[in-house]
Amino acid sequence: MSAIIEVDHLSKQYANGPRALDDVSLNIDEGEIVALLGPNGAGKTTLISIICGLVVPTGGTVRVGGHDIRTDWRAARKLIGLVPQEITLEPFETVMNTVRFTRGLYGAAPDDAYLEKVLRSLSLWEKRDAQTRELSGGMKRRVLIAKALSHNPKVLFLDEPTAGVDVALRREMWQVVDQLRRDGVTIILTTHYLEEAEEMADRIGVINHGTLLLMKPKAELMGEFGKKHLTIHLYEPLERCPPELTARGLTLSADGLRLGYDYDTRSDRTGIGSLLAELSGLGIRVRDVSTKQSSLEEVFMSLVSDEEKEGAA
Amino acid sequence: MINTGAIRSIYNHEMQRFFRTIWQSIASPVLSTVLYFVVFGAAIGGRIQSVEGIAYGAFIVPGLMMLTVLQQSVSNGSFGIYFPKFSGTIYEYLVAPAGWIEVTAGFVCAAASKAILIAFLILITSFFFVGVHIAHPFWMLAFLFLTAFAFSLLGFIIGLWAKNFEQLQVVPLMVVTPLVFLGGAFYSASMLPPFWEAVAKLNPVLYLISGFRWSFFDMADVPVGLSLFAVGLMIALCMFAIRWIFLTGWRLRE
Repeated sequence: MSAIIEVDHLSKQYANGPRALDDVSLNIDEGEIVALLGPNGAGKTTLISIICGLVVPTGGTVRVGGHDIRTDWRAARKLIGLVPQEITLEPFETVMNTVRFTRGLYGAAPDDAYLEKVLRSLSLWEKRDAQTRELSGGMKRRVLIAKALSHNPKVLFLDEPTAGVDVALRREMWQVVDQLRRDGVTIILTTHYLEEAEEMADRIGVINHGTLLLMKPKAELMGEFGKKHLTIHLYEPLERCPPELTARGLTLSADGLRLGYDYDTRSDRTGIGSLLAELSGLGIRVRDVSTKQSSLEEVFMSLVSDEEKEGAA
Repeated sequence: MINTGAIRSIYNHEMQRFFRTIWQSIASPVLSTVLYFVVFGAAIGGRIQSVEGIAYGAFIVPGLMMLTVLQQSVSNGSFGIYFPKFSGTIYEYLVAPAGWIEVTAGFVCAAASKAILIAFLILITSFFFVGVHIAHPFWMLAFLFLTAFAFSLLGFIIGLWAKNFEQLQVVPLMVVTPLVFLGGAFYSASMLPPFWEAVAKLNPVLYLISGFRWSFFDMADVPVGLSLFAVGLMIALCMFAIRWIFLTGWRLRE
């Protein structure tokens, strides 16, 4: 699959401000959904803003569909749609008119049939004649997406699409993104909701202090960094954890009925087989076992804290 | 390649906003003009028989049109670009494949069109009060279009510069209106004492009103060529400033 976005050694230093981006390089393939994760001020929005043309980089290059965003900006921008973080709509404009307007800004010929398709896919067709001020927060978000899709872009940027919205609306947005994925749109979204990245993305990039710490397929990231927690449910409660098990790193629950064990999925030997044999040898009867994969949040926190420790050292 | 679709889209969008509030847009300037004719034309004009052989009521028509064109151009030009800044929708213009020329052309042509439309309404209104003869119709249109364009550009700069509604109002109120009144909208500069006539000629608006009045009555305070040069210079300076603002992102990408 060919890269539709090529970011090469990109940096941004604001005047009298922090270094927002530091030598960031990444490629994004056509049809991918990429989530950029990072705490507030990490550089996610700066990266998106540079690619979309809102911010001028200090160094490095960006190509969208093979077009340099500075020297061939008109061709590059035609391929991009941006959904900003804030809901910014003209309150007295109707849904259809505001979407038509955005299409016109991109120099695309009027095509109400295409716009109807976009509005229908976002469940906005019935509201096409409503003024945007009359819409709910979720519908306004969808209008912003419809505007961003109005000129049929190849790449869609969603800057914190669910920031400050309730759980129901967040799930509604995920469904919209899922539909766009099926339509083959390349999507780059920034978020600090790890659950969101875990739910939607094919690849995940982690940014902190303007540096891209990593960019990996979600499954690989989870497998590589993810730890698993094994819970062993016992038939009879133990008064205390036997020293042999404590030495292995096992912990006993307060009721004495569960033993906990953390292990690394990357290890060749997880030690689970010998542990179960040892339990049997100690006469501890096992009723059940269960495992839990660590969440992306734990992976993310681990990465960011590692970077901060290295920075402090 | 210029993105003409973007120019058309911005222009239509701005004109739709104007036509959505058409009665508010038209009623206020037309009412003001009627009041000017009543006060200056009938009440005061009755005591000033003529200015350089032209009935005072007719003499003030070009000045009134210029007053409205300048006020409307600045107001429309500034509000047009300030509103997206205020509402946050300015990002749309900045990420679109449209450069400063397209964005400026869309907003400024719309602002100038609205001002010209209202100027024609004032001209039509004036026919009900005084007999107006236009000596040079082509040049009347040329001055009208160029002046509306120049002051819409100025308004556009004010809209780009303004950080709040107060700043948006301050330049039109404190600078443009006084310049128009002191620029000979209701009198000829030749009526002033020599010293004040020289001072009045430092006012760039006087050159616009003079040129416009010449197109009506074939008489001017300053040479017509100078009037054309003044409006051309203003357009060039404004374009230069707008280009600089867009290229640097000052007050636009902050």
